[in-house]
Amino acid sequence: MKTPLHDVHSGLGASFTDFAGWDMPVRYSSELAEHRAVREASGLFDLSHMGEIELAGPQAADALDYALSGKLSAVAVGRARYTMMCNERGGVVDDLVVYRLADDRYLVVANAGNAAEVSAELVRRAEGFDTTVTDRSSETALIAVQGPTSAAIVGAVSDADLSALKYYASVPTTVGGREVLLARTGYTGEDGFELFVAADDAEAVWRVLTEAGEGHGLVPCGLACRDTLRLEAGMPLYGNELSADGSPFAANLGRVVRFDKEGDFVGRAALEDRPEPETVLVGLTGGGRRAPRHGYRVLQGDDEVGEITSGALSPTLGHPIAMAYVPVRCSEPGTTLSADIRGRLEPVEVVALPFYQRR
Amino acid sequence: MTIPQNLRYTKEHEWISVDGDVATVGITAFAAEALGDVVFVELPEAGSEVSAGTPCGEIESTKSVSEIYAPVDGEVTEVNQAVIDTPESVNSDPYEQGWLFKVRVESMPELMDAAAYTALTQEG
Repeated sequence: MKTPLHDVHSGLGASFTDFAGWDMPVRYSSELAEHRAVREASGLFDLSHMGEIELAGPQAADALDYALSGKLSAVAVGRARYTMMCNERGGVVDDLVVYRLADDRYLVVANAGNAAEVSAELVRRAEGFDTTVTDRSSETALIAVQGPTSAAIVGAVSDADLSALKYYASVPTTVGGREVLLARTGYTGEDGFELFVAADDAEAVWRVLTEAGEGHGLVPCGLACRDTLRLEAGMPLYGNELSADGSPFAANLGRVVRFDKEGDFVGRAALEDRPEPETVLVGLTGGGRRAPRHGYRVLQGDDEVGEITSGALSPTLGHPIAMAYVPVRCSEPGTTLSADIRGRLEPVEVVALPFYQRR
Repeated sequence: MTIPQNLRYTKEHEWISVDGDVATVGITAFAAEALGDVVFVELPEAGSEVSAGTPCGEIESTKSVSEIYAPVDGEVTEVNQAVIDTPESVNSDPYEQGWLFKVRVESMPELMDAAAYTALTQEG
């Protein structure tokens, strides 16, 4: 599948990769330069592969409270919440950002690889509630501007009062005369914005942002740097840190499971009955330049204790960073473990997440 | 994508430049582009014996890691310390500053010429 911006990326000389069936830019020139641009200036991302599902109706809030782990009825209009869809066993179907657009209208944003399942599950779980569920993925494009200069760039092309737009909030506005839903959200660890636009307007909005970014160091960015940015920020990636068999609690995301909400929700019984997790997600740092990668073994002494979920040489920090599931007894920051990097054991130290936090 | 005419190539996307009995080895611009930004290179030690087609090092980008294969049999005479210190030269200058190591050739398998390698890269 191709996003509405595919031709734009080709024109910019992007290298492409398959991501969940989508032909997506992996980099335009250098992923390290793109990574640095997001940390020091700003990056422009096409995230149109992600899924957007709208719930509208008097019981949209109740339907989401039942369908998801969070208390979406408590989210104020104009605000957003990071949440999860769990299965009956308490495993994670997907991690989501849900925007409350009106009292009776929500936008659920799902990962590309899970969008179809999330959409189908929302339809199923919303049965019996007075709400519609509409998959708007194909008609919606998503463009992100992420980095310290992003507010200056977005502020130059929109009438929205950005000083009033908090982190995890959204506001309808226009950019270049096109209607957009402007959200202050992202997946990079920097200040940033995500713009939901009609697919037909994607190219125009991309160009307006590109022009506004001149003088602000804005560069187009691919998925390669998106992955190293989110890893440095300690953010989980579905398929690596999160899975249908994994628990939100083991991923240190118990805060998004709201047992205090009224009524049942899918996965509640399993999550309430679940014993304390035996393994938990930790951050690891190493020396040298060889990075532990997804699937590599983690050892304590001679004993295999866990597995790397994501790892890379951190472009910002200059040393290897990784996340891994390890037993609780090995999870204390300062604990020394080792990673089996293609047959050679390299020492790694458990550290608190995130690896990188903007000042 | 540049594919110099004067070099020989392997299906592992390495290039070989032969001067007398010494072969200089690197990876092609095509391979460097596919890897992305190279951040780490591990090379065989000078004095070690390598044999054609077997792994003798690693090349790592932020996104992936690949093995470096010895393209010929022989003794490693020199490794490029500069590329270990600044691995990005594999991307910026794969055929000159980005060379990896030199081998005194004892035996050399049949290698591709530029036309054959160009065809290989176009197979997709």
